[in-house]
Parts: sequence; structure tokens; C-alpha cells
Amino acid sequence: SMADCGSEEVAVIGNTDITDEESQDNKNNMMAEGSCLLRKMEISVAEAEKRTGKNAVNMQETYTVYLIETRPADSVTEGHNPVPDSLWRRYSEFELLRNYLLVTYPFIVIPPLPEKRAEFVWHKLSADNMDPDFVERRRIGLENFLLRVASHPVLSSDKIFFLFLTEENGWKEAVFETGFLAKSDSRLKALNATFRVKNPDKRFSELKHYSDELQSVTSQLLRVRARVADRLYGVYKVHGNYGRVFSEWSAIEKEMGDGLQSAGHHMDAYAASVDDILEEEEHYADQLKEYLFYAEAVKAVCRKHELLQYELETASQDLASKKQQQEELAAGTVRTFSFKGMTSKLFGQETPEQREAKLKVLEEQIKEGEVTVTEKTLECEEFVKNAWKDIERFKEQKDHDLREALMSYAVMQISMCKKGIQVWTNAKECFSKM
Amino acid sequence: MSAGNANSLTSSGQQSIEEVSHPLSAEESVLSSPDTANADLSLLNGTPVDTSSPASSSSLVNRLQLDDDLNGETHDLFVSVDDPKKHVSTMETYITYRVTTKTTRTEFDLPEYSLRRRYQDFDWLRNKLEESQPTHLVPPLPEKFVMKGVVDRFSEEFVETRRKALDKFLKRVADHPVLSFNENFNVFLTAKDLNSYKKQGLALLTKMSESVKNVTGGYKLRSRPLEFAAMLDYLDVFTQKLGTIDRIAQRIIKEQSEYLMELRDYGPLYSSWAAFEGELQKPLKSVSECVTSCATALEELTDDMSEDFLPVLREYVLYIESMKNVLKKRDQVQAEYEAKLEAIVVRKEEKIGVPMDVEKCQDRMECFNADLKADWERWQNNKRQDFRQLLTGMAEKNIQYYEKVGQIVRSMYKSQV
Repeated sequence: SMADCGSEEVAVIGNTDITDEESQDNKNNMMAEGSCLLRKMEISVAEAEKRTGKNAVNMQETYTVYLIETRPADSVTEGHNPVPDSLWRRYSEFELLRNYLLVTYPFIVIPPLPEKRAEFVWHKLSADNMDPDFVERRRIGLENFLLRVASHPVLSSDKIFFLFLTEENGWKEAVFETGFLAKSDSRLKALNATFRVKNPDKRFSELKHYSDELQSVTSQLLRVRARVADRLYGVYKVHGNYGRVFSEWSAIEKEMGDGLQSAGHHMDAYAASVDDILEEEEHYADQLKEYLFYAEAVKAVCRKHELLQYELETASQDLASKKQQQEELAAGTVRTFSFKGMTSKLFGQETPEQREAKLKVLEEQIKEGEVTVTEKTLECEEFVKNAWKDIERFKEQKDHDLREALMSYAVMQISMCKKGIQVWTNAKECFSKM
Repeated sequence: MSAGNANSLTSSGQQSIEEVSHPLSAEESVLSSPDTANADLSLLNGTPVDTSSPASSSSLVNRLQLDDDLNGETHDLFVSVDDPKKHVSTMETYITYRVTTKTTRTEFDLPEYSLRRRYQDFDWLRNKLEESQPTHLVPPLPEKFVMKGVVDRFSEEFVETRRKALDKFLKRVADHPVLSFNENFNVFLTAKDLNSYKKQGLALLTKMSESVKNVTGGYKLRSRPLEFAAMLDYLDVFTQKLGTIDRIAQRIIKEQSEYLMELRDYGPLYSSWAAFEGELQKPLKSVSECVTSCATALEELTDDMSEDFLPVLREYVLYIESMKNVLKKRDQVQAEYEAKLEAIVVRKEEKIGVPMDVEKCQDRMECFNADLKADWERWQNNKRQDFRQLLTGMAEKNIQYYEKVGQIVRSMYKSQV
């Protein structure tokens, strides 16, 4: 409710009576309140539509757009059902938003998008991106993504996110204007850090290991589940053949005919029932997929930590070696091998003036280095603190969501059994009248 | 039981009717003298009947009467096959089954018998029945030969499936108004040393069977009466449909087996997930156990299909084959009669011996037709009952499967919420 977020303003977004100024005001207020955008705003991805247009290389393409609807949270009251604000977005814009969030909040486990292409498909399910069932499941997945972001304590107050929901035009420009692309770490840099970091935080190492295991088991589960679905489909559909043969058989029977014929109808119904059953089960698969992808997001946070830690270690190492050089120069001894030392041996010692100059440079560098190390240390500590806070939140969310997913999966199975009992009881009655 | 009487009870019009004993009249003397024949008959159906005519319609009525009463469920002969045991000797290994008989019929010396028989003995009995009752449909036996190496003849499942089929065979014979009075059947149920009977080669044949045996083939059937043509048509279509149902059932078993295989991979995955989780460990573990239990329930369902459903289907295919053979024999008998009739027309001058021959043929044919019609009706009724039982049984097994699975999942769910 409004009260929770401490605002006295009543958002009237969606009301066409207000002026542009008031509308902007409202939007600013929504933003200003910070967390729990979802408490103030109803968000949904209501529809999907096919569009055709010219792409970046001026070629004709067909793509799907999704309708995002927003409305103040308490705007729907008795007799008052305001039309929501809405705009259309395509999948690539969602991807852009997510990439922005990934770069801007590297210490947050960013909610994943529904899969780009249909994977873990069992045979009857289409792997075609244009397939209406796929589009529908994607619509739900995109809505889920928006709701996750909108209910996140940190992400929900992001301005770019807010604009994504409310500003159809000019949003892309706004995202690029944030300069997030420049901030993103190169894959190479990240990979390098992973291999060379010496003292990563033990908790992150364990978390990375957990994420690997979670990814592995969920993808295995999804694969086997698809095969199970395939087989179940086969069992049900073969029973449909009974329908036809019972019908043909009943034609040559006298007393047995009616019972056989009607039993056959029930077998047809049984065979047909599997389509709905498996359609429902896809929802469970989607929930598993979300956490398969979430695991990747967790790994991204771990990688960022490794990178920061590596940078800190590198900076500390640099500082340490510079300090050592300073020592050696000041004492006049060369303890470590250097080309300078060799050449000075070969071509003669440096002059005191030269040495003085060098020391001065080193001093500057050391000062800078100390600042860097301090900054990096702080950055690391901040990161670890913030990241771990979100990871704890994520863990709780994961435990809750997956438990719910498992239980609703169980409920689906119970319902499937009830249907099975019903059909076979009907068939049995028909058989007993043969 | 008249041990000396080589004539078993048949439906031949040539045979004296008094030999046919009515199950309900078991208390009365079975082997009444020819004088009391008529009296017996009028007792049965209240109308005086003429037993002199070879094409005795009385035997027809008599038989129908018998059938009706039997369908009224007044059995006085109960048989069962159970308790399979393996016998190992130096020569061979084989299975014997206990055959139990309980009866009030006076053809039997004792009210109860219990002895052991092996498949060979059943096979002998069936052959004897077919020989001695060619106008009747003899129920089928389970397949004699099994591929060594493919099927384990001594596995529990195989032996149990066979036992059920043998039990069914014997019960069907016991329920038949004519076959159940066959001497060979009696011997099978009561003789301690069956082998010596077999060796004596008692030709427990009847005049009828002799005469049918003597029907030479090679006569072409002019026109098959509509009702028998209809029977053949029915059997053809029925065979087809049974074949289709058999294939569907096999497909279902295959699909279920593959489904089962996937479930066996699926369950343990949840277990291995549980291993590295904290809060989620409990629910994941219970899901894993749940899937495993459901897999077991599925296995039971599939086994039932293989062991109970398919064998009965296949047995009916054998039954149809037997029926077709009987129909063929009937055709032969009719063909011979028609040929002989034609011969009369052609050779009008030869009056000696021909009328007798033709009359004999006609009599044979009409008795056969009557027996067959009666057996057909009985077979249709039994078929209806058998399939009703088979299909409701199949439905029931599926209901039980879903109830079991539903229970397993429900209790898992309750334990977690």
C-alpha cells in the first residue's frame, strides 16, 4: 500500500484528466520513493503480437512485441477500473535492460529472462520461436522478470527500469546515455581474474561451486523431464487406438456392442487428456529453467568478486614491489635482479642526481599506489557486503520458490491421477454393461 | 461308471438317447435301459418325443434344454488347477499341477479327487476330446511349444500364466453339457495312473466320431447355409479385431516400459540435488522417494497387462481357430451329403444301399449343425462373459494404479506442507 512507502501523494497515473506536469510529478514521486515499486504499481505483460518491419540491415523480419501495462496499485476500486498505461517492447529491449542492470549492479543477482530459444523440448512441443504456445510462455516469463525486478529492494528504484515501463520512445537513447557499455568488464579480463586470483573470499568460492552444481542438476532434470513427458504422451495416445477398434468391433456384436462403443469414447477422452496435462507441466519446467538461469546470474556476481579481488591483489602487489624498489634504491643495494642494475654495472653507476630523480618518481608512484590499494580495498569490502546481502535474500527466495514449485508439481500429479481414475471408472462401467 | 462301455456320451442321433444323462438328474440312474428312454425324455421337456428318427430333433431339444439349465447355474462338477510344482528327474525336468475335482455326479465313484497332471496330460485330453467329439468345439490349450532361450519355461510368471490357462480349459470342459460327460475327461480327472490308460489306447470313440472321421475330404460345398456363413464372417472380423487389440496392448506395454525407464532416471536426480541443498533437502528427498514409488506402481500395472491381459487375448485367437476347424468339418459333412444326394439323382436305378448312405449322411449333417449351433450360442455367451471380465479387469487395474500413485503423491505433499 501507499502508506508503506511513506508517500502522501496519490499516484493517478492512467487518469487522462491530469496535465503533463502532474503526470511527470507523479512519475517523479514514484521514483523518489525508492524500494518496492511493485507495491505502488501494477505491472503486467498483457499481450503478445506479431510485427513485421525492417531490421538494422534493412531486411524484412518478423518479430514479436509484448504489451507492458502499468497502473497505480490501488487504482482499481468498486466501479472504477481505469485503463492502464501501456507500451510495446520486444525481447531484444528486455535483453538490453537486463544487460544494463548487470553492469550497473554487479553485486546483485539479476533476475534472468525467459530463454531466448526453446530448449529441453519434448517432441510434440515446438522449438519454433513463433509458436503460439512458446510465445505465451515467454509472455509469462517476461512478466515474471519485470515483477522480480520491481519487487527487488535495490533494482526497483532504478530510473532506467522505470522508464522501460513507462517511456516507449527515447528509452534506448536513455540507456546508452548512462554509458553502461563502457563500464562492462570484458570477458577476457574476467576469465583472466578467475584463473589468477590468489585469495578469493571462501564464501564466494563455495557459492560458485554451489551454482555449478545447481546448473548441472537442473539441466539434467530438465532433460530427463522432457523425456518423461515424451513417454507419458506416448502411453496416453496409444490408448486412443482402443477407441477405434472398439467401435469397429462393436459393429459385429449384438449385446456387447453398446458397452464397447461407449468405452471406446472414454479411451478417446483419456488419450486427449494428456495434452492439457503436459501443457500444465511446462509451467513446472519453466520454474526450473528460471533457477537454471538464476545460477548463471549468481556466478556472474562471483566472477565480479574475483575480478575485484584480483585487481586489489594486483594493486597490492604493484605497491609492494614499488616499495621494495624504493628501499633498494635508497640503500644502494641491488637485491633483486634488474636490467637497470646490470646496465649500470656494465656502463657505469648512476649519478646521485639520477638516483634522486628516480626516488622522487617512485615516491609519487607509491603514494598513488597506496591510494589505489585503499580504494580497491574499500571497493572490495563494499562489494562483498552488498553482494552477500543480496545473496542471502536470493537464497531465501530460491528455497521458497523451488519448494513451492515442487509442491505445485505434486498437486498437478494428484490432479492427473484424479482424471485417470475418473476416465477408467467410466470405461469400467461401460465394460461391465457389455 | 460303466468301465466296459466304450461308448461315450455323444450327441449322435444313432446313439441311444438314454445314454445322455441330464445333469439335474444325476441322482437317477444314468444307464437306463432302452425301454425307459422315452420316459426319461418326456420327463425332461414334458412332451413325448420320437426317438426313432435318426435326425432326432429330440436330441436337439434335449441339448438346448441342457444348455438352458446349465446357464441357470446349476453346476454339479467343479474342477480347478493349482499348485504348480517342479519335478526333476534324470531324464527331464517338468511341472505338474494339482487337479482337484468336486462332484455329485454318479459317473464318478467318489465325490472328490485330487491328483497331479502335467501339460502332456492336458494335451492328450484335448486331442481325445477333439477325436471323440468332432462336432463340438473343444476349448483351446495354452501354446504347447515355447522357444527355449526366449521364454523361461520354469519362471514363476510363465508357470502361473500357463496354470491359469489350464484351469480355464478344464473349467470350460466341465461346463460343457456334452464334453463334461466324455469318458476321457472322466479318466483324466480320476485315474491315478493316466499313463497306462494312454498306453491301452482305449479308443473311446463314438459311432459319430467314427463316421465323421470317415468323411473323406475332397467334396466341394455347394452353398453354405446363411447362419454358418455368418459365423465364419463374424470369426474373420473378430480375429482381425483381436489382433489389433493385441497389437495395441503390446504397444501400451512398450510405451509404459519406456516411461518406467525414464522415471528410474528421474527420481534419483532429485536425490542428488538434495545432497547439496540445505532447506530444500527434505522436500527434494521426498520428491525423489515419491517418484521411485510411483515407478514401482507403474511396473506392477505393466506386469499385469503382460501376465493377465495378453494371454487371454491370445487364447481367444486359438479358440477361434478351433471353431473355424469345427466349421470346416461341418462343411465337409454337408458337402459329402450333397454329393451323395446328387449321386442318387444321377443313378436313380441303384436303389440298394444308397438311401441308407444318404440318410446316414443327412443325419450326420443335421446333428452336426445342431451341435454346432448349440456350441456357438454357448461360445458367444462365454465370450461375452470372458471379455466383460477381461476388460473390466483391465480398467480396474488402471484405477488401482492411479489410486496408488495419487495416494503416494498426496502423502508426500502432506508431509511437506
